[in-house]
Amino acid sequence: MLLLGARDLRQAWQSAGLWLPVAFLLLVASLYPFAVGPDAALLRRSGGGMLWIAALLASLLPVDRLVAPDRDAGVLDQIALRGIGEEMVVLARLVAHWLGFGPALMIATLPAAALLKLDGDRVMMLELGLLIGTPALAALGLLVATLTAGLRSSGALAGLLALPLAVPLLIFGAGTLGDGSGAALKFLGAASLLLVAITPFAGGAAIRASRE
Amino acid sequence: MSGAALRLSGVACARGGRLLFRGVDLALAPGGSALLKGPNGIGKSSLMRICAGLLRAAAGTVERQGRIALADERLALDGEQSLRQALAFWARLDGADAAKLDEAIETVALGALGEVPVRMLSTGQRKRAALARVIAGSAPIWLLDEPGNGLDDASLALLGVAVERHLARGGIVLAASHQPLPLSSPVTLALADYVPKDMLPCE
Repeated sequence: MLLLGARDLRQAWQSAGLWLPVAFLLLVASLYPFAVGPDAALLRRSGGGMLWIAALLASLLPVDRLVAPDRDAGVLDQIALRGIGEEMVVLARLVAHWLGFGPALMIATLPAAALLKLDGDRVMMLELGLLIGTPALAALGLLVATLTAGLRSSGALAGLLALPLAVPLLIFGAGTLGDGSGAALKFLGAASLLLVAITPFAGGAAIRASRE
Repeated sequence: MSGAALRLSGVACARGGRLLFRGVDLALAPGGSALLKGPNGIGKSSLMRICAGLLRAAAGTVERQGRIALADERLALDGEQSLRQALAFWARLDGADAAKLDEAIETVALGALGEVPVRMLSTGQRKRAALARVIAGSAPIWLLDEPGNGLDDASLALLGVAVERHLARGGIVLAASHQPLPLSSPVTLALADYVPKDMLPCE
């Protein structure tokens, strides 16, 4: 389990894909004021939600690299031969995937929030929401990656599959920035726990099914 | 390695709604080897995956006693890593120590290439790398899918030596190949004999 996680983490570091979500988030944050105009009040009001959208889309960027290469190279089969359950494989990858992009995304949010003129309270709330929400984003990305591994044009399908599951995260995540943030945080936590809990099982079943 | 066994009885395989073969029986005891023959697409690799437990048989049962090592056409080694590092990952999963891994790499004559990235290796060298993983893992049951593909005469001889040594230790080898392999006195299983009659191509 540790070995698998360490390998996944090393691969995440080695591939330039780790910087992709970070660059994407910063890119959105720097382009958004150009699109809506440099009105500080408007940016402050809408910027937080924009960053949640950016974080969500950024988490979908590495989906085609998460599972498919290992499946095609036979790595998943070789692991299965050694009696390690697919659930463990997905769990190890989930932890490694979150470590690879969760903290990086949270750090990138700081300069992005500055670009959108967010105040201190909102930045704190945004970071707290991302701390709770990024494991769910990682789980969601991994889940659709296991479901679409081995399919052609899996990238487009992954986006479609992720959309309905991502909407609650977005509602509760962006909700933490408005009134009633306490309730939204709890709902975000619940949605996050649910996604993190089902991903190893659903992902493991998807990997097994894709062998047939 | 005593007590290892691989037994198939009445195994059938269906892929894509088509029955590939049926009624395959095979029993291998320690020191036993079998050579799976047949033309392309007849289901040799599918039977290998059924034996490995990666694919469900449409009918029949597969009994395994002992761990399985599979070497198929997919290398499962990280291309960016050096050959030794990439093999070391699997050796650690298999509980093999560094000395055992080194010995396995020497057995397939890849000692000089240990620091070369996997993506730089040639076809034959990759095939030998997969064999090194099988040797280092010391699983009693070896499933070798086309182990001779891309190997030159010297490497084929190395494969023969490795297989003989494994059998002498009481291991089991099931190899699939459409070309002759340096195996002495294996059970030969011609998969074409197990294709349903009505599925044979029309003359």
